[in-house]
Amino acid sequence: MAKPVLLEMRDVRIEGRSGDDAWLPIINGVDLTLHRGEVLGLIGESGAGKSTLGLAAMGFVRDGCRIAGGAITFDGIDLVRASEATRRGLRGKRIAYVAQSAAASFNPAHRLMEQYVEAPVVHGVMRRAQAEHDAVELYRRMQLPNPGEIGFRYPHQVSGGQLQRAMTAMAMACRPDLIVFDEPTTALDVTTQIEVLAAIRDIVAQFDTAAIYITHDLAVVAQMADRIKVLLRGDEVEEADTRMMLAHPKQDYTRTLWAVRSLERPERPPVEGTPVLSVAGVSASYGSVEVLSDVRFDIPPSRTVAVVGESGSGKSTVARVITGLLPPTAGEVRLEGQALPPDYRRRSRDELRRVQMIYQMADTALNPKLPLREQIGRPAQMYLGLRGRALRERVRELLRMIEMEPDVYIDRLPGELSGGQKQRVGIARALAAEPTVVICDEVTSALDQIVQEGILKLLDRLQGELGLAYMFITHDLATVRAIADEVVVMRQGRVVERGPKRQVFAPPHHPYTELLLSSVPEMDPDWLTGVLARRVTAPG
Amino acid sequence: MVRVVDTPPAPTPAPGTPKGRPGIAHVWIMVGQRLALGLLTLFVVSLLIFGATELLPGDFAEAVLGQAATPETVAAIRRELGLDQPAPVRYFDWLGGVLQGDFGRSLASGNRPVADMIGNRLGNTLFLAGYAAAMAVPLALILGILAALWRNSVFDRASNSAALGAISFPEFFVAYILIFLLAQSGYFPSMARVPAGADLGERLYRAFLPALTLTLVVTAHMMRMTRAAIINLLASPYIEMARLKGMSPMRVILRHALPNAIAPIANVVAINMAYLITGVVVVEVVFVYPGLGQLMVDSVARRDIPVVQAVALIFAAAYVLLNLAADVISTLSNPRLLYPR
Repeated sequence: MAKPVLLEMRDVRIEGRSGDDAWLPIINGVDLTLHRGEVLGLIGESGAGKSTLGLAAMGFVRDGCRIAGGAITFDGIDLVRASEATRRGLRGKRIAYVAQSAAASFNPAHRLMEQYVEAPVVHGVMRRAQAEHDAVELYRRMQLPNPGEIGFRYPHQVSGGQLQRAMTAMAMACRPDLIVFDEPTTALDVTTQIEVLAAIRDIVAQFDTAAIYITHDLAVVAQMADRIKVLLRGDEVEEADTRMMLAHPKQDYTRTLWAVRSLERPERPPVEGTPVLSVAGVSASYGSVEVLSDVRFDIPPSRTVAVVGESGSGKSTVARVITGLLPPTAGEVRLEGQALPPDYRRRSRDELRRVQMIYQMADTALNPKLPLREQIGRPAQMYLGLRGRALRERVRELLRMIEMEPDVYIDRLPGELSGGQKQRVGIARALAAEPTVVICDEVTSALDQIVQEGILKLLDRLQGELGLAYMFITHDLATVRAIADEVVVMRQGRVVERGPKRQVFAPPHHPYTELLLSSVPEMDPDWLTGVLARRVTAPG
Repeated sequence: MVRVVDTPPAPTPAPGTPKGRPGIAHVWIMVGQRLALGLLTLFVVSLLIFGATELLPGDFAEAVLGQAATPETVAAIRRELGLDQPAPVRYFDWLGGVLQGDFGRSLASGNRPVADMIGNRLGNTLFLAGYAAAMAVPLALILGILAALWRNSVFDRASNSAALGAISFPEFFVAYILIFLLAQSGYFPSMARVPAGADLGERLYRAFLPALTLTLVVTAHMMRMTRAAIINLLASPYIEMARLKGMSPMRVILRHALPNAIAPIANVVAINMAYLITGVVVVEVVFVYPGLGQLMVDSVARRDIPVVQAVALIFAAAYVLLNLAADVISTLSNPRLLYPR
């Protein structure tokens, strides 16, 4: 590497204060070297310390954390020893940050332009009028619609993908030497993600900005980074050039990260007989806005139907109609051939029992004050009338089914569990009602890949043992490949394509399915370049 | 990147500009609805007050005659004042008068119109409340902001303890301490009664001790709420973003946290201002200040129902208007409500 070194971290150790005032290690002595104009990918599961390390590159630690040792040198400035004023002078000016959720990281009280010009004006880089002019230019380069106007909007008036680009533009405001991107596309749909990735990559290259790109998505980092560093619980696992790392990962852990992507269950033959659940010509509205239009699909017994689409496509609304939370304006939902009353309040207890849901955010779907005994026991008690010893035994059995030792966990509260464990409890709670159909609404979206794999395998095993039918709502096509038998593709409240997985995933595609499929990042470092080139040249 | 400069006057704004009109209209609609609801509240309050005074033992005739009450004299006074009518008749007579702007005449004070008796006192009460608020609100906000800025510092703890101390003593105790410290030594008068025709400086001087007492009483609540509302936001991603843009701690608080904390702060300020208007009778008594609180208490003792009703309505109106003001400020401070998508 001929370019000079911009950032040098040596044996950096960072600690966080725990509940009982002890200091626990978060980063245990990591080295990192970044040259000017170079993009380094930081990858690992949540809790690996990626964000902490990325922030440390700005000389910043979150409240309750401290830099316990090591050296961080940015362009000759010792960020550990420098005064807070010196560090503040660098932040936003020479080192900028792009956060994971732009929607949460833009201040809701100020217009985008106010927030854009803040750093250049306060740091004295340029005058306000000049900064505003510059903002419009950067918004245009980030391919934002209406670049002259968008800055005068408030964050809530702008979509997530556009906000993420506006935030990258904001980070560029002072033309920093280094930008830390902290999972900038994790919260976006694949079709939006690809646009943001392309925009970020272009602008970083145009200004020859160095970047630390943090993500848990290998395929994404493969597109963005020159080198990749893998972290595991605060330790470096390995570091190598992107192509080298993808082709020949040295460490077992890295190989397991790669392996998750290959999880794929073969499609099973279709089943004869009445579908367990039929969505028959359902339309639905919120107020006067129609959100579903003539949606039709069936869920065969013991099979998994994946419903895919971007956010706003109506996937979760279908679940609300099936569960009776949103009565449809037309059409009906049939459970084993029998029409269900549109409103859940008119459904019998047994009808309610047979359709259960598992939610995306296990955190908010579980009552934080109830121990697992009651969390899981309540539906068994309510729907099946289990009491006393029978109920206790049933709860223990359910815990064993989700591979959680009853003696250890039965009296725990949700707050004492990991994210993956909470999701398992969500599954057990649904199973406690002994349902025939389980609606899984983005159940793995909030989880790390390795944890995701565990949940998907568990769901698959339970389906085999209990003969459950799943409706699997997701925007993640890798998940669909892993578990679906049939696929329903939705867009703007309509079904655009449905059929067996093999058929939907094999050409010829519906154009929208094609767009979805081609937007899923692949491990090939040339993938993004290739896709963009094909889209430019493709007719229409 | 052509900026739309000349948008022709159209009912809908050009795409890409914040849509201002619907938000402002929304605020006016809210004000209208809330004022209508406020009138309903006042009506219910008047019913409750009237009902409550009916439950009190004795009436004005018995109260005014005292030891001299004989069945004949009591009946004569009742007949004269219309107190022998059934309660609903009296209530609707009174209500009819109010709807025409006539609050009736006092029973106790030689048939003076209630409006006359209250007018002067209302002015005094609003003056004292405004005086105390003018000191307490800025003080509470500044202390709250500084406490949030230097949270867990010596300043934070000291201002917290001082404010809590001030709020923990009964008002009359704070009042007497201030009299002991500031009136005994002759700096300020302990009697706040203002001679007619006094100029503003004189009035401020004379009312200083009661205003200071009230300031000490209400500051703690507002200060702690301001501090809590700001600190609540400091864990937000947009606050971290502001810090990562290299903004100073003071700028982070004032420019990034405070605008998002206005709603809870406006609400607690409104509650305390309402208290300054309606709840200060003890302080009025200690400093012999002729405000509405004393009038209310005296009138209850004398069963002077028209005056009680009128004062109660003023108090209720103060709550309605101040809460409405707080809601309007909350809405105006929130672009998400002001500019729908």
